[in-house]
Amino acid sequence: MRELDVSTVVEPVAQACIQANRELPAEMVAALRQALECESSELGRWVLRTLLENAQLARDKQLPMCQDTGAVVVFAEVGQDLHLVGGDLYEAIDRGVSDGYRRGYLRKSIVADPLAHEPNTGDNTPAIVHVRLVPGEGLKLHVMAKGGGSENMSALWMLTPAAGAEGVVDAVVERIRQARGRPCPPLVLGIGIGGTFEKAALLAKEALLRPLGQPHPDEQVAQLEAAILRAVNATGIGPLGLGGDTTALAVHVLTHPCHIASLPVALNVQCHAARHVTIEL
Amino acid sequence: MPTTVQLPFSEEKARAVRAGEVLALSGVLYTARDAAHKRLVQALQAGERLPIQLEDQTIYYCGPTPAPPGRVIGAAGPTTSSRMDPYAPTLYAAGVRATIGKGERSRQVRLACKQYGCLYLVAVGGAGALLGDRVVEAEAVAYHDLGPEAIHRLRVEQMPVIVAYDTYGGSVFPGEEAI
Repeated sequence: MRELDVSTVVEPVAQACIQANRELPAEMVAALRQALECESSELGRWVLRTLLENAQLARDKQLPMCQDTGAVVVFAEVGQDLHLVGGDLYEAIDRGVSDGYRRGYLRKSIVADPLAHEPNTGDNTPAIVHVRLVPGEGLKLHVMAKGGGSENMSALWMLTPAAGAEGVVDAVVERIRQARGRPCPPLVLGIGIGGTFEKAALLAKEALLRPLGQPHPDEQVAQLEAAILRAVNATGIGPLGLGGDTTALAVHVLTHPCHIASLPVALNVQCHAARHVTIEL
Repeated sequence: MPTTVQLPFSEEKARAVRAGEVLALSGVLYTARDAAHKRLVQALQAGERLPIQLEDQTIYYCGPTPAPPGRVIGAAGPTTSSRMDPYAPTLYAAGVRATIGKGERSRQVRLACKQYGCLYLVAVGGAGALLGDRVVEAEAVAYHDLGPEAIHRLRVEQMPVIVAYDTYGGSVFPGEEAI
């Protein structure tokens, strides 16, 4: 059985936090460029050009692309034959987050008491960690820096099964209409369909990890993704809510079997700063 | 080409621009977010002296990242304006000439812009690196205990913004008719 000291995750997690905040993934840059070619609104094109210029500047000058450097969400895939030693994996991840947010001059945006809304924990910990056991001896960490403004526009519905795919499209479009410019469109929408209340929410977030430009392998789900994208872009909300054709760049759906009485649907809203880095140890 | 505006605004300068116009701002503005707004409005209501002069000033809804070595500020993009909607009409009435943030705002804010001859400007949400790069001086000037939420005086050069609500009741946002 393979042994891994949990302290080995600290430095890679720190670097992932810094890198995710400074370097927009290449496929997101490509999606913004493509949107710029198709956008008919002049102000919309101005916003898209500004975002592309911003991504380049962040990379060149090693600055965070956005001042909201996010809450850290980690999806950990832990091999069931892996023996973790040397302490607590959650604590080790938090040490990495703390180091990364200090060394990278990233904003510390976490408050200890959600109701009093203070005090700031001072180092952007704790990370939100979701662990999944997988076959093998590996350890994979998907590290996301999730912004608050887009997260606030997320939603969860317990639809009636009769609502079907049409009900999903309607719920998502209505929510994006309400959100208008607040979540900083252009957006990426993560949608979880099925499972239970909490499973749908987790699927919605996990769906955001998929690289842009890769439709769901199931053709029916891929068609639903395309239908939602068309409907969201038909709202005309546009970049920053100033009007235009580009309200969302991509829609990613994940599904799961569910109870005969239920149709849970969750929407996790992501701004263009889709910041995530995968570490394999 | 954007219209260059030298800060501070005046009523005349504010009345010269229209919703949808792209501006390049140069000069001094002040940052304030939720907590600083709460204190400013409480001080105004209690008749206390404010830590900054509001007359004709511009308030930027921004909580920047820490300044890396050799820079005056980190990423400095706008935060969502609607959270400041309960405070904005009071501050416009007290002399603030313009606010900068992102997203649509309440009808009360639009009415206040029209009533007092003020502006609401939108900066590009998510363009924190670019906007931070346009800041040439930054200094915390009030409510230091609030950390990144303290009021900072910023000097900006060619900061790109869009006029969202003008002094005539116009709005750049689709679906918002002029009031």
